[in-house]
Amino acid sequence: MKVLKFDRKGMGKWLARLGEKGNVYVPASSKEGKTAIGWRKLESAEMPPVSPGVPARPVKNFLLPQPEVLFRFSTRPGKEDSFIPREPEPGQVDNIIFGVRPCDARSIMLNAMPYENDPYYQARMEHNIIIGLTCGEPCSTCFCSWTGGSPMGTDGCDLSVTELEGAFMARAITRRGEKLLEEAAGIAVEADHDAVEGLEKMSATAVAGAGSGTAPERALRERDLMELYNAPFWQDLAERCINCGACTFLCPTCYCFDIQDETLHGKGRRIRYQDSCMFPLFTLHASGHNPRGQKVQRVRNRFMHKLKYFPDRFGPLSCVGCGRCVRDCPVNIDIREVMGKLLAL
Amino acid sequence: MSTANQKITEEIRAQAERLLSSGEVEAFLGYEKGSLPMSVRPFTARKPEDAGRLVWNSFCVLNLANYLPALLKSLEPPRRPGDPPPEGPLPRVAVVATGCWSRNIVVQIRENQVDRDRVTIVGVPSRGMVSAMKVRAAVNGREITAVTEEDHLLLVEGNGFRQEINRWDVVRDNCKTCRHPDPVIHDILIGKKAGQRQVQEPFAQVKDIESKDSARRWQWFAEAFESCIRCYACRNACPLCYCPTCFVDDSRPQWVGKSTDRTDTLLFHLLRAYHCAGRCTDCGSCESACPVGIPMRLLTKKLNMDVLEMYGSEAGMSLDEPLPLTTYDPSDPQGFVLTEREEKGGTR
Repeated sequence: MKVLKFDRKGMGKWLARLGEKGNVYVPASSKEGKTAIGWRKLESAEMPPVSPGVPARPVKNFLLPQPEVLFRFSTRPGKEDSFIPREPEPGQVDNIIFGVRPCDARSIMLNAMPYENDPYYQARMEHNIIIGLTCGEPCSTCFCSWTGGSPMGTDGCDLSVTELEGAFMARAITRRGEKLLEEAAGIAVEADHDAVEGLEKMSATAVAGAGSGTAPERALRERDLMELYNAPFWQDLAERCINCGACTFLCPTCYCFDIQDETLHGKGRRIRYQDSCMFPLFTLHASGHNPRGQKVQRVRNRFMHKLKYFPDRFGPLSCVGCGRCVRDCPVNIDIREVMGKLLAL
Repeated sequence: MSTANQKITEEIRAQAERLLSSGEVEAFLGYEKGSLPMSVRPFTARKPEDAGRLVWNSFCVLNLANYLPALLKSLEPPRRPGDPPPEGPLPRVAVVATGCWSRNIVVQIRENQVDRDRVTIVGVPSRGMVSAMKVRAAVNGREITAVTEEDHLLLVEGNGFRQEINRWDVVRDNCKTCRHPDPVIHDILIGKKAGQRQVQEPFAQVKDIESKDSARRWQWFAEAFESCIRCYACRNACPLCYCPTCFVDDSRPQWVGKSTDRTDTLLFHLLRAYHCAGRCTDCGSCESACPVGIPMRLLTKKLNMDVLEMYGSEAGMSLDEPLPLTTYDPSDPQGFVLTEREEKGGTR
């Protein structure tokens, strides 16, 4: 494993050099992050200030853009190409995303499970290179260890950067990551043995979040689905939920979408965009029937999907413990409590 | 802990216990403690022993009137369309209400969403609620692990820091410009009335934006709403938004696009605000619920200003006052009506 050591200035220089290979994005602070995507393009040679904890927005905004254009078409009748799907404008540029926390990086791999055969998601994975940044200082809302991750985790990363005694240690995880490190020639030095050992020690011991080590996904997989579904607490939980979609849009592992055709002045496009199971329209049938017409059904579905249906089908929880939903829910619905209650049933 | 909050908490608990054990109400709508600093949870107590969970502090920002129509409905015996209304009185609910929330309940009563006879309003004069976002900004975005509230101070603690913040400095903008902190209707009053507050310029924020030229105004508008993720927390936190199907959830016809394209986002926010014209009490629930800090409250504040200037009306101030936008009066201002003559360049 190749490990390079950067100082702060060198890190900025390297990121600027990577800017020649693609768009370099970094987490935007609350002042700069005035876009729905929540990440900003790095325009100068600087190591961006990174505060502890996760960036305000999940990295999924790069992989499930709002919206993804699936294809374009013409709606002018009588023309040769009327209503024939055409590829969206080609030429996706590579994004190099710096400062992705281990929880967010892991979400890319988890979402790739249901999107295994989805050409759009797969293409986005090709075009988004992830430079992870491990967590030295987990927040009180972090619980990645409980969900199967680690503050030092590298799943989903091409490269993993760790701040260690004022320096930055960059480890290549994939071939793509190695290529990026080649760009650091003359900027970074090879890390010495002690530093690499220190890094390994950190990786082995790092933990964030209560309840770690209990492998909740295994415990929940073994439980009877209907028993969890019929648990008595869903009604209480749903009572205070205002049924907005803040949790789902901020969640790195909420990957559901809807598809629509938009047409204007003879031009049309079919788009796919992030949707939320909190909204009644999500399950509304053309007949008018809605199988999840009540709030309690929608609230239960969100948690059951993450904590039971997804583990049953794919193995891990569909939650990486980033804590965004805990932090930003207007009525303080806390998924850690829901997990605890399901495990205690 | 703040002695004022302590007293109010104790009295809310005592009232809840009394109302629930006497059977006067089936449910008592208030708040309980949350799992994070600066968080509380809307809580429906249904048994007298639940009363001890109720709390009151400066972070009770989500308007409880929001839950009232659905809660009342949930307590009615189930019936199908066309069934006759049930005989006898229906189960009742108690709700804690500050000035603005009580005004929202008045609006709900006037709009036939809430039956006055079925609610016991437990009024609490408001000292102004605190914006958690302002507190976070005051400590430069560092993670907060504990906040202790004194009467006029907040003691904020985090990893390696401890900071005292003047409470009023971090009170929400809507509370700072509020003229009616006391409940306008109540069955029980907790604490002392504060009286009408004198506010020099309640619409200063709106006037500031209006004083910009159109290009700057557009820039403000575009930037302010750019971070919207279309989660609709603002809509769902609003006690005025009780439509069975919201215009954004309509699919035939579809009124507004679904992506975070600027056109779609702005259309949503403008339409949402206009639906609140003449009904909004500036309770700030929308802004407090927003996970990305959009000042959408200023749109409704602007409409509140217009309604006050044109019709001399503030929403929900009394059960008898005519509703400004559903009542016609020949003396209503007509300035916005364009006649043919004016369009051809005549003068008004």
